[in-house]
Amino acid sequence: MVLSKEFRIGVKDGIPIALGYFAVSFSLGIAMLNAGMTAVQGAVMSVSNLTSAGEFAGVKVIAAGGTLVELVLTQLIINLRYSLMSLSLTQKLDEKVTLWQKLLIAFGNTDEIFAVAMNHQRSLTLPYMLGLQSLPIVGWTAGTFLGAVAGGLMPRSVSVAMNVMLYGMFIAIVIPVAKKSKPVLIVASVAIFFSSLFQYVPFLHDVSTGISIIICTVAAATFGAIVFPVKEESDETETQISGKVGGEG
Amino acid sequence: MNVWLCILVMAGVTYLIRMLPLTLIQGRIKNRFVKSFLYYVPYACLMAMTFPAVFHSTDHVIAAVAGVIVAILLALKGKGLMTVAAMASVTVFLISMLWGIQA
Repeated sequence: MVLSKEFRIGVKDGIPIALGYFAVSFSLGIAMLNAGMTAVQGAVMSVSNLTSAGEFAGVKVIAAGGTLVELVLTQLIINLRYSLMSLSLTQKLDEKVTLWQKLLIAFGNTDEIFAVAMNHQRSLTLPYMLGLQSLPIVGWTAGTFLGAVAGGLMPRSVSVAMNVMLYGMFIAIVIPVAKKSKPVLIVASVAIFFSSLFQYVPFLHDVSTGISIIICTVAAATFGAIVFPVKEESDETETQISGKVGGEG
Repeated sequence: MNVWLCILVMAGVTYLIRMLPLTLIQGRIKNRFVKSFLYYVPYACLMAMTFPAVFHSTDHVIAAVAGVIVAILLALKGKGLMTVAAMASVTVFLISMLWGIQA
């Protein structure tokens, strides 16, 4: 029963991710409620998207009455990093993994699942990957649903405070990497500078949140790619992984 | 706009982003610029979404500032995702309460 053993190891590796997701998605659920979505819509969005930054931005676009094009561009830009993770993952997949199995594995390739998978000692099998993804998906979806349900019963002071968890999580992802890497610190600062312009400069303030996030991200990441291109040597994969540990949903 | 349509579109785009490289691309990305760009995207994006929006997410700006300071200090100390997020939230709650009593 090698397969079921692999599955069980995966489930065990996914427990800490699931706990973190539950708390964070609770605040996402509250944000969805504030945006006028129902708890069921929130749960369906979470189980089908599995991306905190993407969902958070998507909810903002929906709340602002944005267009579908805006929504597609937002998801494309914000979630583009997953394509690089998926690419790295192909190097570590077991040779026996077939095309349809890859289609399943791709679904739950979040920041943390990618990070844990790349730290796994052996090549990655389908049972391990499904085990690893199972609890985090449950935690992420249940947390979103309960956040949207209980968020309505909660005093405003509590829901506002919980909403800040999401920002706290983003800070927790970026700061440890920025502490070690000056280029990441500078790129993050450039992004904050542009985003502040969109917030405080009158005519730029009229640009919708979805579009401004894209512009800030592309501008700062392009700046980083020109001024601080990543090393050509083999450790860029290492950098990616260590940079993503403790990342987001 | 229909929320269900939005959810479907978001899920479709996100899945394609994850699925296409995993199934189509066999080798590694050689282009240094593209690699570098993709490396910086998450950090740029997360910070653009956080600042300055976080300061406008609470009823009292001072509470958000305190929450951000706590989050940064804990993250610098290497505390995990859960700890940082929870403590930032608790800080915002406590400061908001204090401010509410004073005001």
